[in-house]
Amino acid sequence: MVNIEKEKNEDVHFIRVEGDVDAGSSIHLDNAFKEVLEVGESRIAVDLTRLVYISSAGLGVFVSYLDEFELKKIKLVLFGIQETVRQVFDILGLEKLIAIAENEEEAIKKLNE
Amino acid sequence: MTDKLKIRLTFLGALICWLLFSASNIYLLFIESYEMKVQLSDFIPQLFFTGFVVSTFGYYRYVISKADTLNFTDLLWKVFITGLITTLISLGIRFFFTVFANSSIVENPLTVNFFYNILLGLVIIYMVSTLVVWKRLILYQKSKNLLQFWSFFEIALLLSLGYDFFELELFGTNFNVGLIVLSCFSLILTFNLKWIAYLNFRQKWKGILFILLSGIYLYHFFLNLDDFRATGVLVMDLMNSVFFLGLLGFLFLYAGISILVTLFNLPTSSVFERKLKEAIDYQKLSQSIPRGETIDQTYEILLESSMSAVFADAAWLEVKEEEGIFQSIRNLKETEINEIKSKIKSGTIKDILSLNFDRDHNPSKLTDSLKDNKYKSIIALPIYVQSKQVGFIVMLNEVSEAFNREMVNIITTFVNQTSISLENLALIKESLENERYKEQLKIAKNVQKSLLPTNLEINGGIEIDAFAMAADEVGGDYYDFIEIEKDKYGLIIADVSGKGTSAAFQMAQMKGIFHSLASQKVSPSQFTIQANIALSNCLERSSFITATYFYLDAKKKTIEFSRAGHCPTLMFCSETNETSYLESEGMGLGIVRNSKYEKYVHSTTLSYNEGDTMLLYTDGITEAKNETGEQFGDDRLRNSFNSHAKKAPAQIKEAIKRDLADFTGEVAIDDDYTMVVVKFNTDSNG
Repeated sequence: MVNIEKEKNEDVHFIRVEGDVDAGSSIHLDNAFKEVLEVGESRIAVDLTRLVYISSAGLGVFVSYLDEFELKKIKLVLFGIQETVRQVFDILGLEKLIAIAENEEEAIKKLNE
Repeated sequence: MTDKLKIRLTFLGALICWLLFSASNIYLLFIESYEMKVQLSDFIPQLFFTGFVVSTFGYYRYVISKADTLNFTDLLWKVFITGLITTLISLGIRFFFTVFANSSIVENPLTVNFFYNILLGLVIIYMVSTLVVWKRLILYQKSKNLLQFWSFFEIALLLSLGYDFFELELFGTNFNVGLIVLSCFSLILTFNLKWIAYLNFRQKWKGILFILLSGIYLYHFFLNLDDFRATGVLVMDLMNSVFFLGLLGFLFLYAGISILVTLFNLPTSSVFERKLKEAIDYQKLSQSIPRGETIDQTYEILLESSMSAVFADAAWLEVKEEEGIFQSIRNLKETEINEIKSKIKSGTIKDILSLNFDRDHNPSKLTDSLKDNKYKSIIALPIYVQSKQVGFIVMLNEVSEAFNREMVNIITTFVNQTSISLENLALIKESLENERYKEQLKIAKNVQKSLLPTNLEINGGIEIDAFAMAADEVGGDYYDFIEIEKDKYGLIIADVSGKGTSAAFQMAQMKGIFHSLASQKVSPSQFTIQANIALSNCLERSSFITATYFYLDAKKKTIEFSRAGHCPTLMFCSETNETSYLESEGMGLGIVRNSKYEKYVHSTTLSYNEGDTMLLYTDGITEAKNETGEQFGDDRLRNSFNSHAKKAPAQIKEAIKRDLADFTGEVAIDDDYTMVVVKFNTDSNG
């Protein structure tokens, strides 16, 4: 199960993901991104501190928005990724496509660059 | 004792008793007329008479109770026929006496007694058989009390036979007491007439006729016996018997009451028949689907049943189905329907006819009267399937105010039953569909299995074994190899994101890409780039494939590989006995779908020694969880592989599978998982 919270803070839209993102629950993550895009946010920080597990379907959600973010010049930063999850991102090569920060401050800094 | 034997024995018993009774009777007469001094008790003929009655009763009880399937009119028919035969014989006796009316034969006590005994036998046979039939009728839908009461009655009858041993004076005090007791029993038993309700109109008339005739037979016998009594020479007069008079009274009484009750029931029998028909129609509706009739046939049955239940002159039914509107019409023209539809402008019926009716309806509003129309009364009821109104049924009558609330209730039950039948049908269809999907998936599973290589033999000293397991019927894991040319091999492992059917299709696509690219002898980097281009055109945006492509050269003993986002390969080095991951940069296929992808593609070349072993796997293995949610992980896999790496590929595979199963325990692995073990041996061919 996954629990997703959204909040806005100083022009940065936060998506906080908690729990497991697998084939069944990845739809919630997808919906969160969709809503953010509809609002027209340009700076998104995804808090993965409490993300325990992400399956390939969950990674697919990030992959599917890459083109759109690039096209609309939307900045995306992930932060607080646990080691096991981080490995999954790295193996797939996503760390080369998505900005990853250690913590929230760093993430905001990256978004402000 | 079998029933057949019982019937035969009782028949024989009755016959012998009767013969002995007649013989002893005649013998007594002889003694009397010739004043012989031989004493024979009067008891003897009475004893045989009792035996005769009891045997006859037993005989008919077995014969009639055996015929379980007989209906009431058949039973009455039996009484009628027995009566007819016995009466004809008794008429013959009467005829004899009429012909020889003036002859001395008929005045001879011997002749009189001889014929009287025959008549007596016939009367008893008829009366006892009638008693048994009456018993069947009285005990129809019996209660425990009634059954007990009947047993008392039978005992009383038997006792009355014993009573007759004491040659009581006709209508003396004792005689009357016996008779009154029997009459009381008879009166109470007589009012058990439930069977009459189950006769239809025709059967009731038949019943009246048969019972009337059996009454006439009884009366005829009574007259006949009375005639004999008048001769005054009888040794034993049946008319002096409490048993006889009691039984006769009972038989008459029941016949009389039955006729009266049947007569009074005649006018209401049509109501009962109609109720019965409704019940049958109801059953027909509920069974029409299981019997394999189609939906439309069920609607036809509904229409027919409803029409006959409410005596409608005309009716129609409309149901919206997938293929269009199904309409069934009785005694109506299309124009008449449209006219009626246009006449009803508002109200509940209008809502029903336009298929937007609220479920909580008031039954009284479902009937209405029509003005200026051939039909004056109308009932309209909605038809629901899965709580959605799909249609309606309309009944019409030429008489105004022809429909009442009870009729609405009847049709409502019919309609409800139809809905239940149709809902059941929908459920059956659904489960059949599911069954079919399962079958299809099974086929898909077999097809997919055939996409994986079955022949794992590689020359040049390379030995391979593999294992693949899908979480669902089909999965997205793929491995394969191909001999490009002598000593040159292409090897791949791939994992489609997600699992299930969509993953399985993309896995099949991957196989096509692998075979076409590998056979062109492209380098691993080129392979990855080309595969990415090919997949970019056909993969869903949220899907990607991770893969590692290996180019093996058995002659140079080199491995060149390019990792496209797939889990890093484990390599066991036989020299150092150590296992390490082959680290390399790379990105999954289908993630970046333009030329920028090329800059993320890398390839690595290494050489191997004899005994080195490679383990390719998919993340289903490393991400397999145990009860506590812990993953098997890279380290456990590496250690497991390291400890078994010196074994043969098949054994390595089995050992890792075992270690994995030990770790996960009861928890099922919820992902596709695959492993391929590649062992490099010295080329035996040189």
